[in-house]
Order: sequence, then structure tokens, then C-alpha cells
Amino acid sequence: MAAVEEKIEGVVSNRGAFDRRNTDWYIDKLVEGLVFLGGISAILFIIGIFVFIGKEGLGFVFETLDLEEFFTSPYWEPSDEDAPEYGILALIAGTASVTGLAMIVAIPFSLGAAVYIGEFATGKTREALKVLVELLAAIPSVVWGFIGLTIMNPLIIELFDVPVGLTVLNAGIILGLMAAPIMTSIAEDALKAVPDRYREAAEAMGATRWQVIYKVVLPAAKNGLLGAVLLGVGRGFGETMAVLMATGHAVNIPTSVFDSVRALTATIAAELGETAVGSDHYGALFTIGIFLFIITFIINLLADLVVRGVRKG
Amino acid sequence: MYLHKPMSLLAVLLATLVGSVDARTVIQNKGSDTLVNVAQAWAEAYQTVDSDVAVAVSGGGSGTGIAAMINGTVDIANASRKMKDKEKKMAKDRGQDPVEHIVGYDALAVFLHKDNPSGTMTIEQLADIYGRKGKARKWSDLGITVPGCKDKIVVVSRQNNSGTYAYFKKAVLGKDKFKNGTLDMHGSKDVVDLVEKTPCAIGYSGLAYATDHLQMVCISKDGKPCVSPSVQTAGDGSYPIARPLMMYTNGQPEGAIKAYMDWIMSDEGQCIISKKGYAPVRPVQCN
Repeated sequence: MAAVEEKIEGVVSNRGAFDRRNTDWYIDKLVEGLVFLGGISAILFIIGIFVFIGKEGLGFVFETLDLEEFFTSPYWEPSDEDAPEYGILALIAGTASVTGLAMIVAIPFSLGAAVYIGEFATGKTREALKVLVELLAAIPSVVWGFIGLTIMNPLIIELFDVPVGLTVLNAGIILGLMAAPIMTSIAEDALKAVPDRYREAAEAMGATRWQVIYKVVLPAAKNGLLGAVLLGVGRGFGETMAVLMATGHAVNIPTSVFDSVRALTATIAAELGETAVGSDHYGALFTIGIFLFIITFIINLLADLVVRGVRKG
Repeated sequence: MYLHKPMSLLAVLLATLVGSVDARTVIQNKGSDTLVNVAQAWAEAYQTVDSDVAVAVSGGGSGTGIAAMINGTVDIANASRKMKDKEKKMAKDRGQDPVEHIVGYDALAVFLHKDNPSGTMTIEQLADIYGRKGKARKWSDLGITVPGCKDKIVVVSRQNNSGTYAYFKKAVLGKDKFKNGTLDMHGSKDVVDLVEKTPCAIGYSGLAYATDHLQMVCISKDGKPCVSPSVQTAGDGSYPIARPLMMYTNGQPEGAIKAYMDWIMSDEGQCIISKKGYAPVRPVQCN
């Protein structure tokens, strides 16, 4: 006991009185306070954002909006003087079709990349690949949109002999490539979380590399991989700029991948700056915002729960 | 007058640099994409008339300009459509009093790809292509074969708060609305670019955006012979889809804004608009 006290006094360098509140103590408390603020700020911001879009949109939702029309009408014509129409069915179809196609593109790419990085690649190859994947995730979405507009558009026209290349196909491929790096990172984490003894046990039973991955590692990492896919879907729903530039921006329920569509997010981006604050059109755009917020919230929550599930189990 | 902060700061900075004592007055001017080129030309030319006044011009569409007028963030709003009653009421509720000034006329040109053999169209045919009640989805529905196009009409339109969009809807579709599936471009320039590249396409914009790589449609209404869009036909009212171009000020203009508006309506200002491909409000002699 005496030895411990001596040690403490040595550190605190405050012999005699046992008051530890010197400069270090205050700095410690200050940093603790700052870190706490940083920690809860995310919660404050999310509440703030929700209150803000709620305040702007909910008045319209309760007073003017016909919810049935909103979700079932394919006609979006909010600027009409006599009979404005606020149907987002076509916009939902646009977002869903683009996101769906993006997942079809992204899932094989990202899972393949994750399996290669996590299970096959070693040493420098592995490190280089990881850095490259992170780099791919850092490309701004407007650059992707530009690629869709200037490279993919003529390419699709040429390859498929269609009149316009700004289509579900274009935006879906672009969005798939955008979502793939994030999905790869998360999927790789999930594979890494599978204990090595599983692999060793399988190998001891005489399983080949592919059998180990297919029969043991992938099933064990199932939840994490599902979480990765869900986060990709969330990314797809929320992406704006690239989708705005590559879809052709046409209110339309697509019947093929060569149809132009318009996404929910792109509609807000294109129209919000040009509506009078407080008008019905403004309220309708904020209602789309609330809808998007709820959808992405649910997707992210699901992804989080699924990923947590694998960590516990 | 509303002074935009960074701009006024810039003006003060400029004034200090030049060594003048007076800060320049800045007029904020925003709105219609159709008018933006003219507005910029006016703003530049006005420097030689009164160098103490700077006019800051930006585009974004008639809706943007009118919204800014309602929100009280511009001095002059440019619009290629009239303010709606609802918008006027909103402006009044917020203490603004928009006053309309017609500064010129514009022919709304309908564009086709160069290879499209159809040089003439009726308003009914346009409504058939653009309107929700219209049945034309393929060029063959109109009895037209377009080389290099697999029949489907690529209908190019504008975003729904564009004045060009609103005017086209009223003049061509009447009570009907646009059909779904139109490609809504975010500016007249984008419409022109897309129609130039796409054999199947049809689009519309202000006459001033027309290029040599496009074909302009001669339009006939009510069985009359067709009229091609031009500055003359827009000015004399013979072209069926010509529209007035407006500038809105907050209340009757005063001071620097009045001087600017008066100059726009003068022969000098009207010659600038006619050089940009729009019809002046009255016949003017320009050199």
C-alpha cells in the first residue's frame, strides 16, 4: 500500500497534500468533455436533421398531401398551376430499378474482390489491393456521373443500338461500381471475422481451398456479407449526383433496362433550389426527403443489426 | 436595395484597390435560362454607361428567379413566363411587390435532328407527341420515317420549373399535361446538345439556342400555312408559339434599378436583345 502511494505521489509530483487536481487533471477532464461532445454530436445532428426535414415537410403531409396519390400515382407534375400532381410511384420505380441493377453488378464484383483479398492474396498484393479499393471509394460521385454521361452514354448507344444511352443500364452500372468498394471493405471484414480454426479444421478434413471458402468461410460470414449488401443498397438509394447525370431524368416506370428513369434523390436535387420556400412543391420535395430518410434509416439499421448478429454469434 | 454580402464586399475591395471612395452599387439579377445570355450582355454593356453600378447575373430558370423574388433575395428577376397568381400572393405575403416589365419576345423553336425529313408540324402533332392524351410514341405514328432511328420518339423536355416548359405546356398542350417518359433537361443548351446527337429526338427551347446542326420546325396552327421561328415572326406575332420575356422588380423601380431598366428599354438595350436572337419590344434601328 505504502509503495503504491509513493508511486502515485511520484507521478502526481504533489507531495504532502493528496489533491490530484493539477494541470494534467484539468486537461484530462477537458479532453474527456470534448470527446464526449464529439461522441454525442452524431446523435444531436441526426435529431436536428430529422426535426428540420420534419418541420419543413410534415405540414404539407398533414394538410395538402393525399398519401394514396403520393404512393400510387406515376405522375409527378408539382409545378402545374391548376392541378399539381404529386405522385412518386415512377420515381420510386426509378430508384428501385437503378439500385436493383447496381446490386446485380456490385455483388459479384465486391464478393469476388473480398474473397480474393481475404482468402487468396498475400503480402504486397493484398496491401496494394486494399489501398486501391479504398481509393476507388474516394472517387467523387460527380466524376462517376461524368463518366456515365460522356463514356457510358455513347458506348451504350453503340453497343445496343438504342436511341439514348442515359438509361437504367447506364446508371445501374455506374452505381454498382460506386457501391462495390464499400461493399468489398465490409465483406472483407466479415470474412476476416471468421476464426482461423474453422479453416484449419476444414483443411484438416482434406477440403480444398474452394471447398473451405464455399462450405465453411462464406456460410460463417453470411450475416456480415448480407450487411455489406444492405449497406450497398443504402448507398444506392441515397446516391444523387451520378444518378441525376446518368439516368436521363425522365419520370417513367421502366419496362426495360434501356428506359430512362428519374430517381427520388435526383428530383430533390434538381428542383429544390428553384422552388419558393414554403410552397406546396417545396413541401412535396421535403416529403420525398422524409421518405428517403426513413428508407435509408431502416436499411442501415437492418445492416447494423445483421452485422452485430455475426459478431455475437 | 438588397446588397449581396460577398459581392458588396468585393465591390468595396475593388473600390479600395482602384482608389475610389465610393463603393459600387450592385444589382442582383437572376432567373430564366432563356434570358441569361441577354442579361449578361446587358450587364456587361452597362459598365460603359454607368461604371458605378455592377449587375450580377445568374441563371437557373424562371422558377429560380421568381422564387428568389418571393424570398426577397434579388433586385430583378428574369422570367420567360408570367408569375402565377399563387406566386404573386406568396410574394405579397412576404412583403414583396413584384412589378412586371416586358423586355422582349422569344420564339419557342421546336428542334429535330438534321436527318429528320419532317420540316413542318402542326400544333396538334406536337401535342400528340408531348401530351399525356397524345398517342404518338413512334415516328411512324405520324407517318414519318427517320433515317438512323429505330422509330421510337425520344421526347426531350425541360425540368418542371422552367419557364420554357410552362409556356410550351400552355401554348401546345393547352389543358393537357406532359406525358411521362420525357427526358427533362436542366437547360436549353442540354436540349440542343441531345437533339443534335440523337436522330430519334425532338426538343424545344428559345430560338437563340438554335445551332446549324439542328433542324427547326416550321409550325402551323389552326390549318394556317406554317411559320418558321425567327426574330421577325416572333416580333410581329405571326409565329404561333412566341412569348413575352419579362423582368420583375420589387415595386416600381427606383434609383439605380430604374436607370438600368430604362436603359434596357432604350434603343441601345433593345439592340442588344435583338442581336442575341430575340425580338425587341418595338422595331429599332441597330447598326
